[in-house]
Amino acid sequence: MYAALWRVLPGSNAVKAAVAVALFLAFVGILFLWVFPAVQPLLPFDQITLESEPTSSAAP
Amino acid sequence: MSKSGNVARTLARTTAETLVTGGVVVLLFAVYLVFWSDVQTAAAQVDLRDDFKQQVAAAPVTNSAAPPAPVRPSAGSGVAVMKIPRLGDDWSWVVVEGVSNEQLARGPGRFPETALPGQVGNFAVAGHRATHGEPFAHIDRVREGDKIIVEAIGSTYTYVVTSTQIVPPTEVGVLYSVPGKPNARPRKARITIVTCHPRWGSSERLIVHGKLAETRTGKEA
Repeated sequence: MYAALWRVLPGSNAVKAAVAVALFLAFVGILFLWVFPAVQPLLPFDQITLESEPTSSAAP
Repeated sequence: MSKSGNVARTLARTTAETLVTGGVVVLLFAVYLVFWSDVQTAAAQVDLRDDFKQQVAAAPVTNSAAPPAPVRPSAGSGVAVMKIPRLGDDWSWVVVEGVSNEQLARGPGRFPETALPGQVGNFAVAGHRATHGEPFAHIDRVREGDKIIVEAIGSTYTYVVTSTQIVPPTEVGVLYSVPGKPNARPRKARITIVTCHPRWGSSERLIVHGKLAETRTGKEA
């Protein structure tokens, strides 16, 4: 998987390394900005309000 | 090397890479939860505190003993500054209006259907006990008689803790104007703090009840 990615990247090894680092940072950025905020409300310690209906996800 | 050996090796390597990638993602999520969410909440609190100080400064001066009429805050804005000396001298949080996920990510939130600070009824606040700055991480240390100081615009209200309890997540009765009594007419100003219990779980809620003990009105409040 990563070996194939390395072969696809253009340029010399130094350029490949720079692009790989940039790709990794972009991946981390997507996780922190969109994926993790979307997943977090599903965690138990994020549920701190009271709900009259146990099945409803909305806060009272 | 036989062809089937190559296929097995490629399969094993891809599986290993996928598992390592998953592990890195989980580690990054842990960093996000215990570090990044605290940073974001701290930044939001700085903004909220600045806005709230401006609101306090802009509030009209009242010389009468009666506190100024409360103004319903807009969703997401600062309602009051809460201080609980038992949790540390530097424990100070701007309470925001509303209890949606976004609002609670910025600080403890007031349940909009409950009373405003200092008013007769029940001023109910929910806040995180883990992640997002974890304002109520150690709320279980609060004891009966402890002070909860609420600095609203124009007035400072000192509540005294009357009881703590652990309830199921469906126990909305703790938010009633008179906690536990759905149709009772409130005659006292109370405060209720809601957070999760156990700290990193959601099976129960930890509730702190208090009643208003002292009101001070003035600019410096």
